[in-house]
Amino acid sequence: MTAAPRTEDRRHVVVVGAGPAGLAAAGSALAAGARVTLADAAERPGGQYHRTLPEEFGGPRDGGSHFARLRRRVLDHPHCTWLAETSVWALERPDPEQPGPPRVHTLTGPADGNDRPRRVLTPDALVLAPGAHDRVLPFPGWELPGVYAAGAAQALVKGERLAVGDDVLLAGSGPFLLPVATALLTAGAGVREVLEANTPKTVAAGWTRRPWQLAAQPAKAAELARCTALLVRHRVPYRMGRTVIEARGDGRVEEAVTARLRPDWSVVPGSERTVPVDALCVTHGFTPQLELPLAAGCALLRTPAGEFVAVDADQRTTMPGVYAAGEITGIAGAPAARTEGALAGWCAAGGDPAAPALHRVRRNRERGRAFAARLAAAHPVGPAWPGWLRPETVICRCEETDYGTLRSAATDASGAAPRVIKLATRAGLGPCQARICGPTVAELTARLHSPPPGRPAEGLPPAAPHRRPLAQPIRLGELARTPDGPEPDPKESTA
Amino acid sequence: MSPRPVRTAPGAPERPLQITVDGDPVEGVAGRSIAGILLAAGRTSWRTARSGAPRGVFCGIGVCFDCVLTVNGVPDVRACRRRATDGDVVTTQTRAAADNGEAGA
Repeated sequence: MTAAPRTEDRRHVVVVGAGPAGLAAAGSALAAGARVTLADAAERPGGQYHRTLPEEFGGPRDGGSHFARLRRRVLDHPHCTWLAETSVWALERPDPEQPGPPRVHTLTGPADGNDRPRRVLTPDALVLAPGAHDRVLPFPGWELPGVYAAGAAQALVKGERLAVGDDVLLAGSGPFLLPVATALLTAGAGVREVLEANTPKTVAAGWTRRPWQLAAQPAKAAELARCTALLVRHRVPYRMGRTVIEARGDGRVEEAVTARLRPDWSVVPGSERTVPVDALCVTHGFTPQLELPLAAGCALLRTPAGEFVAVDADQRTTMPGVYAAGEITGIAGAPAARTEGALAGWCAAGGDPAAPALHRVRRNRERGRAFAARLAAAHPVGPAWPGWLRPETVICRCEETDYGTLRSAATDASGAAPRVIKLATRAGLGPCQARICGPTVAELTARLHSPPPGRPAEGLPPAAPHRRPLAQPIRLGELARTPDGPEPDPKESTA
Repeated sequence: MSPRPVRTAPGAPERPLQITVDGDPVEGVAGRSIAGILLAAGRTSWRTARSGAPRGVFCGIGVCFDCVLTVNGVPDVRACRRRATDGDVVTTQTRAAADNGEAGA
Protein backbone atom coordinates (compact mmCIF):
# COMPACT_ATOMS: atom_id res chain seq x y z
CA MET A 1 0.00 0.00 0.00
CA THR A 2 1.22 3.49 -0.79
CA ALA A 3 0.51 6.61 1.18
CA ALA A 4 -1.76 9.20 -0.39
CA PRO A 5 0.27 11.85 -2.23
CA ARG A 6 0.85 15.14 -0.47
CA THR A 7 -1.10 18.08 -1.84
CA GLU A 8 1.86 19.54 -3.72
CA ASP A 9 2.68 16.17 -5.33
CA ARG A 10 -0.79 15.67 -6.73
CA ARG A 11 -1.54 16.24 -10.36
CA HIS A 12 -2.78 19.83 -10.73
CA VAL A 13 -5.91 20.34 -12.82
CA VAL A 14 -7.05 23.90 -13.54
CA VAL A 15 -10.73 24.23 -14.46
CA VAL A 16 -11.88 27.48 -16.09
CA GLY A 17 -15.59 28.13 -15.63
CA ALA A 18 -17.76 26.90 -12.77
CA GLY A 19 -21.08 26.30 -14.49
CA PRO A 20 -22.56 22.82 -14.79
CA ALA A 21 -19.62 21.56 -16.91
CA GLY A 22 -16.81 23.16 -14.89
CA LEU A 23 -18.15 22.19 -11.49
CA ALA A 24 -18.69 18.60 -12.61
CA ALA A 25 -15.14 18.58 -13.98
CA ALA A 26 -13.75 19.84 -10.68
CA GLY A 27 -15.75 17.22 -8.77
CA SER A 28 -14.55 14.27 -10.83
CA ALA A 29 -10.94 15.51 -11.00
CA LEU A 30 -10.94 15.65 -7.18
CA ALA A 31 -12.49 12.18 -7.06
CA ALA A 32 -9.68 10.93 -9.29
CA GLY A 33 -7.11 12.23 -6.79
CA ALA A 34 -5.99 15.48 -8.38
CA ARG A 35 -5.46 18.88 -6.85
CA VAL A 36 -7.91 21.30 -8.49
CA THR A 37 -7.96 25.05 -9.03
CA LEU A 38 -11.42 26.18 -10.10
CA ALA A 39 -11.75 29.73 -11.47
CA ASP A 40 -14.87 31.66 -12.41
CA ALA A 41 -15.73 35.32 -13.00
CA ALA A 42 -18.74 35.06 -10.70
CA GLU A 43 -18.76 35.19 -6.92
CA ARG A 44 -20.26 31.72 -6.62
CA PRO A 45 -20.17 28.63 -8.82
CA GLY A 46 -23.22 27.93 -10.95
CA GLY A 47 -22.89 29.75 -14.24
CA GLN A 48 -26.01 31.12 -15.86
CA TYR A 49 -27.97 27.89 -15.38
CA HIS A 50 -27.53 27.73 -11.60
CA ARG A 51 -27.27 31.46 -11.04
CA THR A 52 -28.56 32.22 -7.53
CA LEU A 53 -29.39 35.30 -5.55
CA PRO A 54 -26.55 36.84 -3.56
CA GLU A 55 -26.30 36.18 0.16
CA GLU A 56 -27.71 39.65 0.84
CA PHE A 57 -30.99 38.46 -0.64
CA GLY A 58 -31.20 35.28 1.36
CA GLY A 59 -28.62 33.33 -0.59
CA PRO A 60 -29.09 30.13 -2.57
CA ARG A 61 -32.44 28.53 -2.03
CA ASP A 62 -31.52 25.20 -3.62
CA GLY A 63 -29.68 23.76 -0.65
CA GLY A 64 -30.76 20.17 -1.28
CA SER A 65 -30.36 20.01 -5.05
CA HIS A 66 -27.80 17.81 -6.75
CA PHE A 67 -25.96 20.93 -7.84
CA ALA A 68 -25.87 22.45 -4.34
CA ARG A 69 -24.47 19.20 -2.91
CA LEU A 70 -21.82 19.03 -5.61
CA ARG A 71 -20.94 22.68 -5.03
CA ARG A 72 -20.41 22.05 -1.33
CA ARG A 73 -18.42 18.89 -1.98
CA VAL A 74 -16.09 20.69 -4.39
CA LEU A 75 -15.63 23.92 -2.43
CA ASP A 76 -15.09 22.09 0.88
CA HIS A 77 -12.62 19.60 -0.56
CA PRO A 78 -9.15 19.86 1.02
CA HIS A 79 -7.46 19.69 -2.39
CA CYS A 80 -9.60 22.33 -4.09
CA THR A 81 -8.74 26.00 -4.51
CA TRP A 82 -11.72 28.11 -5.49
CA LEU A 83 -10.88 31.38 -7.23
CA ALA A 84 -14.05 33.50 -7.16
CA GLU A 85 -14.40 36.73 -9.19
CA THR A 86 -11.46 35.61 -11.27
CA SER A 87 -11.01 36.41 -14.96
CA VAL A 88 -8.76 34.26 -17.08
CA TRP A 89 -7.45 36.92 -19.42
CA ALA A 90 -4.79 34.97 -21.32
CA LEU A 91 -3.43 31.50 -21.93
CA GLU A 92 0.22 31.30 -22.73
CA ARG A 93 1.46 28.27 -24.58
CA PRO A 94 4.83 26.82 -23.62
CA ASP A 95 7.61 26.50 -26.17
CA PRO A 96 6.85 23.97 -28.89
CA GLU A 97 9.74 21.96 -27.35
CA GLN A 98 8.06 21.85 -23.97
CA PRO A 99 5.12 19.54 -23.61
CA GLY A 100 2.17 20.43 -21.47
CA PRO A 101 -0.84 22.71 -21.32
CA PRO A 102 -0.59 26.50 -21.41
CA ARG A 103 0.03 28.71 -18.41
CA VAL A 104 -3.13 30.39 -17.15
CA HIS A 105 -3.09 34.14 -16.43
CA THR A 106 -5.70 35.32 -13.94
CA LEU A 107 -6.95 38.52 -12.35
CA THR A 108 -8.96 38.33 -9.14
CA GLY A 109 -11.26 41.02 -7.81
CA PRO A 110 -14.28 43.17 -8.65
CA ALA A 111 -15.02 43.27 -12.37
CA ASP A 112 -12.98 45.83 -14.31
CA GLY A 113 -11.17 47.04 -11.20
CA ASN A 114 -7.78 48.65 -11.63
CA ASP A 115 -5.59 46.95 -9.07
CA ARG A 116 -6.55 43.30 -9.07
CA PRO A 117 -3.95 40.73 -8.02
CA ARG A 118 -2.45 38.91 -11.01
CA ARG A 119 -1.56 35.25 -10.85
CA VAL A 120 -0.07 32.70 -13.20
CA LEU A 121 -1.18 29.08 -12.82
CA THR A 122 0.87 26.22 -14.23
CA PRO A 123 -1.43 23.22 -14.57
CA ASP A 124 -0.60 19.62 -15.42
CA ALA A 125 -3.92 19.57 -17.27
CA LEU A 126 -6.43 22.25 -18.17
CA VAL A 127 -10.21 21.88 -18.49
CA LEU A 128 -11.91 24.70 -20.39
CA ALA A 129 -15.61 25.17 -19.62
CA PRO A 130 -16.32 28.86 -20.31
CA GLY A 131 -19.82 28.33 -21.73
CA ALA A 132 -21.68 30.44 -24.26
CA HIS A 133 -23.65 33.65 -24.54
CA ASP A 134 -26.80 34.66 -26.41
CA ARG A 135 -26.58 35.25 -30.10
CA VAL A 136 -28.91 38.07 -31.14
CA LEU A 137 -29.43 38.84 -34.82
CA PRO A 138 -29.67 42.54 -35.60
CA PHE A 139 -32.94 44.19 -36.62
CA PRO A 140 -33.95 47.85 -36.88
CA GLY A 141 -34.03 49.33 -33.37
CA TRP A 142 -32.29 46.47 -31.51
CA GLU A 143 -29.86 49.00 -30.03
CA LEU A 144 -32.64 50.87 -28.17
CA PRO A 145 -32.48 50.69 -24.36
CA GLY A 146 -35.10 48.24 -23.15
CA VAL A 147 -34.16 45.68 -25.81
CA TYR A 148 -32.31 42.88 -24.02
CA ALA A 149 -30.65 39.64 -24.90
CA ALA A 150 -32.93 37.01 -23.35
CA GLY A 151 -30.05 35.89 -21.13
CA ALA A 152 -29.96 39.37 -19.58
CA ALA A 153 -33.61 39.17 -18.54
CA GLN A 154 -32.97 35.75 -17.01
CA ALA A 155 -29.81 36.88 -15.22
CA LEU A 156 -31.58 39.92 -13.77
CA VAL A 157 -34.35 37.80 -12.29
CA LYS A 158 -32.12 34.97 -11.09
CA GLY A 159 -29.29 37.07 -9.73
CA GLU A 160 -30.83 40.44 -8.85
CA ARG A 161 -34.55 39.96 -8.31
CA LEU A 162 -35.39 42.38 -11.05
CA ALA A 163 -38.04 42.14 -13.78
CA VAL A 164 -37.18 44.06 -16.96
CA GLY A 165 -40.75 45.25 -17.51
CA ASP A 166 -44.47 44.77 -17.17
CA ASP A 167 -45.24 44.41 -20.86
CA VAL A 168 -42.52 42.14 -22.14
CA LEU A 169 -42.30 40.53 -25.55
CA LEU A 170 -40.00 37.53 -25.93
CA ALA A 171 -38.86 36.57 -29.41
CA GLY A 172 -36.28 34.50 -31.21
CA SER A 173 -35.73 30.81 -31.52
CA GLY A 174 -35.05 27.81 -29.36
CA PRO A 175 -36.23 26.21 -26.12
CA PHE A 176 -34.32 28.87 -24.13
CA LEU A 177 -37.31 31.18 -24.71
CA LEU A 178 -39.31 29.05 -22.27
CA PRO A 179 -37.13 29.25 -19.12
CA VAL A 180 -36.73 32.98 -19.73
CA ALA A 181 -40.51 33.37 -19.93
CA THR A 182 -40.79 31.27 -16.77
CA ALA A 183 -38.27 33.43 -14.92
CA LEU A 184 -40.11 36.60 -15.91
CA LEU A 185 -43.51 35.21 -14.93
CA THR A 186 -42.33 33.94 -11.56
CA ALA A 187 -40.86 37.40 -10.94
CA GLY A 188 -44.27 38.92 -11.59
CA ALA A 189 -43.45 40.46 -14.96
CA GLY A 190 -46.17 40.66 -17.58
CA VAL A 191 -45.25 38.60 -20.63
CA ARG A 192 -47.36 39.58 -23.68
CA GLU A 193 -46.37 36.71 -25.92
CA VAL A 194 -43.53 34.36 -26.75
CA LEU A 195 -42.59 34.16 -30.42
CA GLU A 196 -40.66 31.24 -31.90
CA ALA A 197 -39.40 32.29 -35.33
CA ASN A 198 -39.32 28.78 -36.77
CA THR A 199 -42.51 27.35 -38.19
CA PRO A 200 -44.26 24.42 -36.47
CA LYS A 201 -43.15 22.19 -39.35
CA THR A 202 -39.45 22.96 -38.88
CA VAL A 203 -39.61 22.57 -35.10
CA ALA A 204 -41.59 19.33 -35.28
CA ALA A 205 -39.33 17.84 -37.96
CA GLY A 206 -36.25 18.60 -35.84
CA TRP A 207 -37.58 17.25 -32.56
CA THR A 208 -39.57 14.21 -33.62
CA ARG A 209 -36.99 12.67 -35.90
CA ARG A 210 -35.71 9.69 -33.86
CA PRO A 211 -38.12 10.31 -30.94
CA TRP A 212 -36.49 7.63 -28.76
CA GLN A 213 -33.53 9.98 -28.30
CA LEU A 214 -35.81 12.49 -26.61
CA ALA A 215 -36.90 9.94 -24.04
CA ALA A 216 -33.26 9.84 -22.96
CA GLN A 217 -33.45 13.47 -21.78
CA PRO A 218 -36.16 13.21 -19.10
CA ALA A 219 -34.84 16.20 -17.17
CA LYS A 220 -35.06 18.44 -20.22
CA ALA A 221 -38.51 17.15 -21.16
CA ALA A 222 -39.80 17.75 -17.62
CA GLU A 223 -38.31 21.26 -17.58
CA LEU A 224 -40.03 22.10 -20.87
CA ALA A 225 -43.32 20.67 -19.62
CA ARG A 226 -43.12 22.82 -16.47
CA CYS A 227 -42.39 25.95 -18.52
CA THR A 228 -45.22 25.24 -20.95
CA ALA A 229 -47.70 24.66 -18.13
CA LEU A 230 -46.76 28.00 -16.61
CA LEU A 231 -47.31 29.79 -19.94
CA VAL A 232 -50.75 28.20 -20.19
CA ARG A 233 -51.60 29.15 -16.62
CA HIS A 234 -50.65 32.77 -17.25
CA ARG A 235 -52.44 32.72 -20.63
CA VAL A 236 -49.28 33.74 -22.45
CA PRO A 237 -49.57 32.90 -26.14
CA TYR A 238 -46.68 30.91 -27.63
CA ARG A 239 -46.69 31.55 -31.37
CA MET A 240 -44.54 29.87 -33.97
CA GLY A 241 -43.49 31.28 -37.32
CA ARG A 242 -43.60 34.85 -36.03
CA THR A 243 -40.90 37.18 -34.76
CA VAL A 244 -39.94 40.76 -34.01
CA ILE A 245 -38.57 42.54 -37.06
CA GLU A 246 -38.34 46.05 -35.62
CA ALA A 247 -38.19 47.88 -32.28
CA ARG A 248 -39.33 51.50 -32.08
CA GLY A 249 -39.25 54.17 -29.43
CA ASP A 250 -37.93 57.56 -28.42
CA GLY A 251 -34.86 56.95 -26.28
CA ARG A 252 -36.10 53.49 -25.23
CA VAL A 253 -38.23 50.73 -26.67
CA GLU A 254 -41.94 51.54 -26.75
CA GLU A 255 -43.31 49.25 -29.42
CA ALA A 256 -42.33 46.19 -31.37
CA VAL A 257 -43.27 45.26 -34.91
CA THR A 258 -43.85 41.54 -35.28
CA ALA A 259 -44.38 39.63 -38.51
CA ARG A 260 -45.20 36.16 -39.70
CA LEU A 261 -42.25 34.28 -41.17
CA ARG A 262 -41.89 31.64 -43.85
CA PRO A 263 -39.73 28.62 -43.02
CA ASP A 264 -36.65 30.45 -44.39
CA TRP A 265 -37.44 33.43 -42.06
CA SER A 266 -38.50 35.73 -44.90
CA VAL A 267 -41.34 38.03 -43.86
CA VAL A 268 -44.85 37.27 -45.10
CA PRO A 269 -45.91 40.65 -46.60
CA GLY A 270 -48.85 42.26 -44.87
CA SER A 271 -48.49 40.16 -41.70
CA GLU A 272 -46.89 42.95 -39.66
CA ARG A 273 -48.43 43.87 -36.34
CA THR A 274 -47.41 46.63 -33.91
CA VAL A 275 -47.58 45.89 -30.19
CA PRO A 276 -46.83 48.24 -27.31
CA VAL A 277 -44.06 46.93 -25.02
CA ASP A 278 -41.85 48.24 -22.24
CA ALA A 279 -39.20 45.58 -22.79
CA LEU A 280 -38.21 43.27 -25.59
CA CYS A 281 -36.09 40.15 -25.01
CA VAL A 282 -34.46 38.43 -27.94
CA THR A 283 -32.41 35.27 -28.49
CA HIS A 284 -31.36 33.49 -31.69
CA GLY A 285 -29.26 30.71 -30.24
CA PHE A 286 -25.87 30.83 -28.55
CA THR A 287 -22.30 31.74 -29.39
CA PRO A 288 -19.72 29.51 -27.70
CA GLN A 289 -16.97 31.49 -25.94
CA LEU A 290 -14.04 30.31 -27.99
CA GLU A 291 -11.34 32.82 -27.01
CA LEU A 292 -9.60 30.50 -24.53
CA PRO A 293 -9.71 27.31 -26.67
CA LEU A 294 -8.29 29.30 -29.59
CA ALA A 295 -5.62 30.83 -27.38
CA ALA A 296 -4.70 27.32 -26.27
CA GLY A 297 -4.38 26.29 -29.91
CA CYS A 298 -7.33 23.88 -29.97
CA ALA A 299 -8.74 22.91 -33.37
CA LEU A 300 -12.36 23.75 -34.09
CA LEU A 301 -15.02 21.62 -35.69
CA ARG A 302 -17.41 23.15 -38.22
CA THR A 303 -21.00 21.94 -37.74
CA PRO A 304 -24.32 23.08 -39.23
CA ALA A 305 -24.90 24.90 -35.91
CA GLY A 306 -21.57 26.77 -36.05
CA GLU A 307 -17.98 26.21 -34.94
CA PHE A 308 -17.18 24.34 -31.73
CA VAL A 309 -14.09 22.90 -30.05
CA ALA A 310 -13.20 19.49 -31.48
CA VAL A 311 -12.91 16.82 -28.75
CA ASP A 312 -12.29 13.08 -28.72
CA ALA A 313 -14.09 10.39 -26.72
CA ASP A 314 -12.31 11.57 -23.52
CA GLN A 315 -13.13 15.31 -24.08
CA ARG A 316 -9.49 15.83 -25.07
CA THR A 317 -8.89 18.71 -27.49
CA THR A 318 -6.21 18.61 -30.17
CA MET A 319 -3.76 20.27 -27.73
CA PRO A 320 -1.96 18.01 -25.25
CA GLY A 321 -3.26 18.36 -21.72
CA VAL A 322 -6.19 20.59 -22.71
CA TYR A 323 -9.76 19.32 -22.29
CA ALA A 324 -13.03 21.01 -23.22
CA ALA A 325 -16.53 20.54 -21.84
CA GLY A 326 -19.96 22.10 -22.06
CA GLU A 327 -21.37 24.55 -24.56
CA ILE A 328 -18.01 25.18 -26.30
CA THR A 329 -18.19 21.65 -27.73
CA GLY A 330 -21.84 21.97 -28.83
CA ILE A 331 -25.01 23.64 -27.52
CA ALA A 332 -26.90 20.97 -25.60
CA GLY A 333 -27.85 22.46 -22.22
CA ALA A 334 -26.88 21.78 -18.64
CA PRO A 335 -27.38 17.96 -18.36
CA ALA A 336 -25.10 17.35 -21.35
CA ALA A 337 -22.56 19.88 -20.06
CA ARG A 338 -22.48 18.08 -16.71
CA THR A 339 -21.65 14.70 -18.25
CA GLU A 340 -18.97 16.20 -20.48
CA GLY A 341 -17.46 17.95 -17.48
CA ALA A 342 -17.45 14.78 -15.40
CA LEU A 343 -15.62 12.93 -18.17
CA ALA A 344 -13.17 15.77 -18.86
CA GLY A 345 -12.28 16.23 -15.19
CA TRP A 346 -11.71 12.53 -14.62
CA CYS A 347 -9.48 12.11 -17.68
CA ALA A 348 -7.60 15.38 -17.02
CA ALA A 349 -6.81 14.13 -13.52
CA GLY A 350 -5.25 11.01 -14.97
CA GLY A 351 -8.17 8.74 -14.07
CA ASP A 352 -8.50 5.49 -16.00
CA PRO A 353 -10.53 6.33 -19.14
CA ALA A 354 -11.83 2.74 -19.15
CA ALA A 355 -13.11 2.82 -15.56
CA PRO A 356 -16.47 1.02 -15.37
CA ALA A 357 -17.97 3.96 -13.49
CA LEU A 358 -17.61 5.98 -16.69
CA HIS A 359 -19.89 3.76 -18.79
CA ARG A 360 -23.02 5.62 -17.77
CA VAL A 361 -21.31 8.99 -18.13
CA ARG A 362 -20.22 8.14 -21.66
CA ARG A 363 -23.69 6.93 -22.58
CA ASN A 364 -25.22 10.15 -21.26
CA ARG A 365 -22.62 12.15 -23.15
CA GLU A 366 -23.65 10.48 -26.41
CA ARG A 367 -27.27 11.29 -25.62
CA GLY A 368 -26.28 14.88 -24.98
CA ARG A 369 -24.62 15.01 -28.41
CA ALA A 370 -27.74 13.61 -30.07
CA PHE A 371 -29.80 16.22 -28.20
CA ALA A 372 -27.51 18.99 -29.52
CA ALA A 373 -28.02 17.80 -33.09
CA ARG A 374 -31.81 17.75 -32.69
CA LEU A 375 -31.80 21.18 -31.06
CA ALA A 376 -29.86 22.57 -34.02
CA ALA A 377 -32.23 20.88 -36.50
CA ALA A 378 -35.40 22.08 -34.75
CA HIS A 379 -34.31 25.69 -34.24
CA PRO A 380 -32.07 26.76 -37.12
CA VAL A 381 -31.48 30.41 -38.01
CA GLY A 382 -33.43 30.90 -41.25
CA PRO A 383 -31.20 32.04 -44.12
CA ALA A 384 -33.53 34.91 -45.15
CA TRP A 385 -33.19 36.89 -41.90
CA PRO A 386 -31.08 39.68 -43.52
CA GLY A 387 -34.33 40.68 -45.24
CA TRP A 388 -35.22 42.43 -41.94
CA LEU A 389 -32.26 44.77 -42.31
CA ARG A 390 -32.35 48.27 -43.76
CA PRO A 391 -29.28 50.21 -44.92
CA GLU A 392 -29.32 52.25 -41.68
CA THR A 393 -29.76 49.24 -39.36
CA VAL A 394 -26.96 49.04 -36.79
CA ILE A 395 -24.89 45.85 -37.16
CA CYS A 396 -22.00 46.55 -34.76
CA ARG A 397 -23.46 48.04 -31.58
CA CYS A 398 -20.14 49.40 -30.30
CA GLU A 399 -19.09 51.26 -33.43
CA GLU A 400 -22.61 51.81 -34.80
CA THR A 401 -21.59 50.41 -38.19
CA ASP A 402 -24.71 50.10 -40.31
CA TYR A 403 -25.72 47.47 -42.82
CA GLY A 404 -25.31 49.80 -45.80
CA THR A 405 -21.68 50.53 -44.89
CA LEU A 406 -20.92 46.85 -44.33
CA ARG A 407 -22.57 45.92 -47.62
CA SER A 408 -20.60 48.40 -49.68
CA ALA A 409 -17.32 47.34 -48.02
CA ALA A 410 -18.04 43.65 -48.52
CA THR A 411 -18.96 44.03 -52.16
CA ASP A 412 -16.07 46.37 -52.99
CA ALA A 413 -13.84 44.45 -55.36
CA SER A 414 -10.70 46.22 -54.06
CA GLY A 415 -10.62 44.18 -50.90
CA ALA A 416 -13.26 42.19 -49.12
CA ALA A 417 -10.95 40.29 -46.78
CA PRO A 418 -12.24 40.21 -43.19
CA ARG A 419 -9.45 42.44 -41.91
CA VAL A 420 -9.99 45.02 -44.64
CA ILE A 421 -13.71 45.12 -43.90
CA LYS A 422 -13.02 45.49 -40.21
CA LEU A 423 -10.70 48.44 -40.74
CA ALA A 424 -12.91 50.06 -43.38
CA THR A 425 -16.15 49.83 -41.41
CA ARG A 426 -14.88 49.57 -37.80
CA ALA A 427 -17.34 46.72 -37.22
CA GLY A 428 -15.84 44.59 -34.44
CA LEU A 429 -13.24 47.15 -33.35
CA GLY A 430 -15.19 48.54 -30.39
CA PRO A 431 -14.99 47.64 -26.71
CA CYS A 432 -16.70 44.24 -27.08
CA GLN A 433 -14.17 43.26 -29.73
CA ALA A 434 -16.77 41.65 -32.02
CA ARG A 435 -18.20 39.36 -29.34
CA ILE A 436 -21.71 40.50 -30.29
CA CYS A 437 -21.41 41.35 -34.00
CA GLY A 438 -18.65 38.91 -35.01
CA PRO A 439 -20.81 35.96 -36.08
CA THR A 440 -23.25 38.30 -37.85
CA VAL A 441 -20.55 40.20 -39.74
CA ALA A 442 -18.90 36.92 -40.75
CA GLU A 443 -22.20 35.55 -42.03
CA LEU A 444 -23.26 38.71 -43.85
CA THR A 445 -19.91 39.26 -45.54
CA ALA A 446 -19.72 35.61 -46.61
CA ARG A 447 -23.09 36.03 -48.33
CA LEU A 448 -22.31 39.39 -49.87
CA HIS A 449 -19.10 38.25 -51.53
CA SER A 450 -19.50 37.04 -54.99
CA PRO A 451 -15.79 36.21 -55.37
CA PRO A 452 -14.21 34.05 -52.66
CA PRO A 453 -12.75 36.00 -49.72
CA GLY A 454 -9.31 37.49 -50.16
CA ARG A 455 -6.21 35.60 -49.12
CA PRO A 456 -5.02 36.13 -45.55
CA ALA A 457 -2.34 38.76 -45.19
CA GLU A 458 1.23 37.48 -45.42
CA GLY A 459 2.63 36.24 -42.11
CA LEU A 460 -0.63 36.55 -40.18
CA PRO A 461 -2.95 33.76 -39.11
CA PRO A 462 -6.29 33.79 -40.93
CA ALA A 463 -8.78 36.14 -39.29
CA ALA A 464 -11.22 34.37 -37.01
CA PRO A 465 -13.95 36.07 -35.04
CA HIS A 466 -12.89 34.57 -31.73
CA ARG A 467 -9.12 35.05 -32.04
CA ARG A 468 -8.40 37.58 -29.29
CA PRO A 469 -4.94 37.68 -27.77
CA LEU A 470 -6.50 39.08 -24.59
CA ALA A 471 -9.50 36.98 -23.71
CA GLN A 472 -10.79 39.44 -21.11
CA PRO A 473 -10.17 43.16 -20.61
CA ILE A 474 -7.12 43.99 -18.52
CA ARG A 475 -6.01 47.48 -17.57
CA LEU A 476 -2.58 48.60 -18.71
CA GLY A 477 -1.50 49.13 -15.09
CA GLU A 478 -2.40 45.54 -14.26
CA LEU A 479 -0.66 44.26 -17.38
CA ALA A 480 2.51 46.10 -16.39
CA ARG A 481 2.53 44.58 -12.92
CA THR A 482 4.59 41.58 -11.99
CA PRO A 483 2.41 38.60 -11.21
CA ASP A 484 1.61 38.40 -7.50
CA GLY A 485 3.67 35.43 -6.49
CA PRO A 486 2.85 31.78 -6.95
CA GLU A 487 -0.49 30.10 -6.98
CA PRO A 488 -2.54 30.15 -3.81
CA ASP A 489 -2.60 26.99 -1.74
CA PRO A 490 -5.74 24.97 -1.37
CA LYS A 491 -7.88 26.41 1.42
CA GLU A 492 -6.68 29.88 0.64
CA SER A 493 -9.59 30.31 -1.69
CA THR A 494 -10.68 33.82 -2.54
CA ALA A 495 -14.30 33.19 -1.59
CA MET B 1 -43.66 50.95 -16.61
CA SER B 2 -39.96 50.54 -16.20
CA PRO B 3 -37.89 47.70 -14.88
CA ARG B 4 -38.67 47.17 -11.25
CA PRO B 5 -37.51 45.15 -8.30
CA VAL B 6 -39.57 42.13 -7.37
CA ARG B 7 -39.71 40.16 -4.18
CA THR B 8 -39.14 36.51 -4.88
CA ALA B 9 -37.61 35.72 -1.49
CA PRO B 10 -39.97 37.18 1.08
CA GLY B 11 -38.52 37.49 4.53
CA ALA B 12 -34.95 38.14 3.45
CA PRO B 13 -33.93 41.42 5.02
CA GLU B 14 -32.78 44.03 2.54
CA ARG B 15 -29.82 46.21 3.44
CA PRO B 16 -30.26 49.62 1.85
CA LEU B 17 -27.33 51.46 0.34
CA GLN B 18 -26.81 54.66 -1.56
CA ILE B 19 -24.68 55.48 -4.56
CA THR B 20 -24.38 58.75 -6.43
CA VAL B 21 -24.85 58.92 -10.17
CA ASP B 22 -23.51 62.08 -11.78
CA GLY B 23 -23.85 63.70 -8.36
CA ASP B 24 -27.44 62.62 -7.71
CA PRO B 25 -28.12 60.16 -4.89
CA VAL B 26 -29.69 56.85 -5.96
CA GLU B 27 -31.06 54.43 -3.38
CA GLY B 28 -30.41 50.73 -3.81
CA VAL B 29 -30.04 47.52 -1.87
CA ALA B 30 -26.93 45.51 -1.13
CA GLY B 31 -26.47 42.52 -3.41
CA ARG B 32 -27.42 44.23 -6.66
CA SER B 33 -25.06 45.22 -9.42
CA ILE B 34 -24.77 48.87 -10.36
CA ALA B 35 -26.83 48.07 -13.46
CA GLY B 36 -29.45 46.44 -11.25
CA ILE B 37 -29.65 49.49 -9.00
CA LEU B 38 -30.02 51.84 -11.98
CA LEU B 39 -32.69 49.63 -13.58
CA ALA B 40 -34.57 49.32 -10.29
CA ALA B 41 -34.49 53.11 -10.03
CA GLY B 42 -36.22 53.32 -13.40
CA ARG B 43 -33.24 54.18 -15.59
CA THR B 44 -32.88 52.10 -18.74
CA SER B 45 -29.93 54.02 -20.19
CA TRP B 46 -26.85 55.77 -18.85
CA ARG B 47 -24.32 55.89 -21.62
CA THR B 48 -24.26 57.48 -25.03
CA ALA B 49 -22.81 55.86 -28.10
CA ARG B 50 -20.67 57.73 -30.64
CA SER B 51 -23.78 59.12 -32.36
CA GLY B 52 -25.21 60.28 -29.03
CA ALA B 53 -27.75 57.43 -28.94
CA PRO B 54 -28.59 56.22 -25.41
CA ARG B 55 -27.43 52.79 -24.21
CA GLY B 56 -27.96 50.69 -21.11
CA VAL B 57 -27.99 46.96 -20.41
CA PHE B 58 -28.09 44.62 -23.39
CA CYS B 59 -26.38 41.26 -22.72
CA GLY B 60 -26.52 41.46 -18.92
CA ILE B 61 -23.57 39.08 -18.48
CA GLY B 62 -20.50 41.14 -19.31
CA VAL B 63 -20.13 40.40 -23.00
CA CYS B 64 -21.39 43.47 -24.88
CA PHE B 65 -19.89 46.44 -22.94
CA ASP B 66 -22.97 48.56 -23.68
CA CYS B 67 -23.44 49.32 -19.97
CA VAL B 68 -19.98 50.67 -19.10
CA LEU B 69 -19.64 53.61 -16.73
CA THR B 70 -17.09 55.14 -14.36
CA VAL B 71 -16.98 53.87 -10.76
CA ASN B 72 -14.99 55.77 -8.14
CA GLY B 73 -12.87 57.36 -10.84
CA VAL B 74 -12.16 54.16 -12.76
CA PRO B 75 -13.65 54.31 -16.28
CA ASP B 76 -15.11 51.51 -18.43
CA VAL B 77 -16.54 49.37 -15.65
CA ARG B 78 -19.29 47.01 -16.82
CA ALA B 79 -22.25 48.00 -14.66
CA CYS B 80 -23.85 44.55 -15.04
CA ARG B 81 -20.75 42.86 -13.63
CA ARG B 82 -19.89 45.23 -10.79
CA ARG B 83 -21.52 44.72 -7.43
CA ALA B 84 -22.51 48.07 -5.91
CA THR B 85 -21.07 49.11 -2.56
CA ASP B 86 -22.43 51.81 -0.31
CA GLY B 87 -21.12 55.22 -1.32
CA ASP B 88 -19.96 54.29 -4.81
CA VAL B 89 -19.48 57.41 -6.91
CA VAL B 90 -20.71 56.64 -10.39
CA THR B 91 -20.41 58.88 -13.41
CA THR B 92 -21.90 58.11 -16.78
CA GLN B 93 -19.79 58.02 -19.91
CA THR B 94 -20.10 59.02 -23.48
CA ARG B 95 -18.22 57.17 -26.13
CA ALA B 96 -16.53 60.40 -27.20
CA ALA B 97 -15.00 60.74 -23.72
CA ALA B 98 -13.93 57.11 -23.66
CA ASP B 99 -12.12 57.63 -26.96
CA ASN B 100 -9.88 60.21 -25.31
CA GLY B 101 -9.04 58.09 -22.34
CA GLU B 102 -8.28 54.48 -21.70
CA ALA B 103 -10.56 52.30 -23.76
CA GLY B 104 -11.37 48.74 -22.77
CA ALA B 105 -8.77 46.33 -24.10
